[in-house]
Amino acid sequence: MKKLLARGYLVVLLVILYAPILIIAIFSFTEAKVLGNWTGFSTKLYESLFTGGLGNSMVKAIENTITIGLLAALCSTMLGSVAAIGIHNMKGRGRKAITFLNDIPMLNPDIITGISLFILFVAVGVSQGYVTVLLAHISFCTPYVVLTVLPRLRMMNPNIYEAALDLGATPAQALRKVIIPQIRPSMISGFILAFTLSIDDFAVTLFTKGNRGLETLSTYIYADARKGGLTPELRPLMTLIFLAVLALLIIINIRSARNNKQKLIK
Amino acid sequence: MTVKRSSWALPYLIFLILFVALPLVMIAVYAFRNPQTGAFTLENFAKFFSTPHDLNTFLYSIQVAFINTLLCLLIAYPAAWILSKSSFNRSKITVMLFILPMWINMLIRTLATVALFDFLKMPLGEGALYFGMVYNFLPFMIYPIYNSLEKLDNSYVEAAQDLGATPWKVFWKVTVPLSLPGVWSGVLMVFMPTISTFAIAELLTLNKVKLFGTTIQENINNGFWNYGSALALIMLLIIGLTTLISDEDSARDSEKGGLI
Repeated sequence: MKKLLARGYLVVLLVILYAPILIIAIFSFTEAKVLGNWTGFSTKLYESLFTGGLGNSMVKAIENTITIGLLAALCSTMLGSVAAIGIHNMKGRGRKAITFLNDIPMLNPDIITGISLFILFVAVGVSQGYVTVLLAHISFCTPYVVLTVLPRLRMMNPNIYEAALDLGATPAQALRKVIIPQIRPSMISGFILAFTLSIDDFAVTLFTKGNRGLETLSTYIYADARKGGLTPELRPLMTLIFLAVLALLIIINIRSARNNKQKLIK
Repeated sequence: MTVKRSSWALPYLIFLILFVALPLVMIAVYAFRNPQTGAFTLENFAKFFSTPHDLNTFLYSIQVAFINTLLCLLIAYPAAWILSKSSFNRSKITVMLFILPMWINMLIRTLATVALFDFLKMPLGEGALYFGMVYNFLPFMIYPIYNSLEKLDNSYVEAAQDLGATPWKVFWKVTVPLSLPGVWSGVLMVFMPTISTFAIAELLTLNKVKLFGTTIQENINNGFWNYGSALALIMLLIIGLTTLISDEDSARDSEKGGLI
């Protein structure tokens, strides 16, 4: 009885948590303008999502989201991995200072990060657009990359690097042949994490995108929802986003499970 | 060699100073500046305290954040407790199901809530606001509490049982105190973001209710950068205070990044 009650509680919570998403997914397969009206099965919304009148601006927004996500992930993975190697070899006050600064973007609410960068760009007089959004995304993604790569470095045997140097490798060679292969798994995890954070962002993008018409998916959806609720085309879009996030999470989890197994074997 | 490699952090340090530290300093500078003359002034803060509308929005946001945090805690604790009790493998998947929504854009989750209310033909308003807030933030409360309950050393519970404590007593005197770090970081992860949300409240109440985050956003958007910065600084102050009260490390443990 007690067990049944406990399980029932979890089930009820899960149903409530997933009901909104499920409703949207179900009604993405019907044409009705008003949500809740079922006018027969149809994939028309999915077709018009990519071809219809909405198509152009939405496809452009999807494109921006993905390119910004990939570029931000790439830059923050490189910046963060190099920084992690540096931080790993630092001691004392310098290390404390940089880890403190590294924590700020993670603890700061999005709106503060967004406004502070907006004020900076305004004060310096940079016109805001693609580049400012990209810089902003790198600034809040890199800390997560650093925190993903650092533990891996700590696990590494420092003697291997020294051995490579003793055997005549230049520091650059030792980096390429010794350090990078060892931290590669965590660099890839960091990259995926940064990409997920970037495509998920709304607040920071909103403040740094300027007013020359640059939109990412989330700002596009926001502008659309403000005009008058949910356009039907958003239903298939939200369904697809949900599936994409689900896929990314499964990949991250399989990867971390595999890494854990490797650790156990060692 | 070691000395040299530590300098590799230098590019990132410069980046952090330019795009993390400097922007925050700029907020502080703008907050204390007169919009016209640029001279040092406190009038932006004075304006906040003498504008009842903004002050009320601020207080209302804190109220919403309090109620939301409380609701999340009351709903999340039993759930986290059940999850930590159930058999290992199955509960891992169930836990995943509870955390997954954390990774979906809050805007999308909010619009999904709006869709749910439309579907059920229920009116949007304050009720929808609280439902939407709890819906958005519940995973952030469940996860840290589950984590601390999972790590809890069961021998304490067994010892209390052996010494004759009733199950009720064991729960309140052993389990709850030992899970407090998780509760604290959950509270932190719900309370602070609730104060700083914007867009969510408008969508859930058809613009009838405004939270402090929206006030800041509107001022910045309408060109009142100095006043907006002052408001942002006030929000930072509240957040700083909340962080100081709670344990800093427990907050960092449960950051989104360390999740999976």
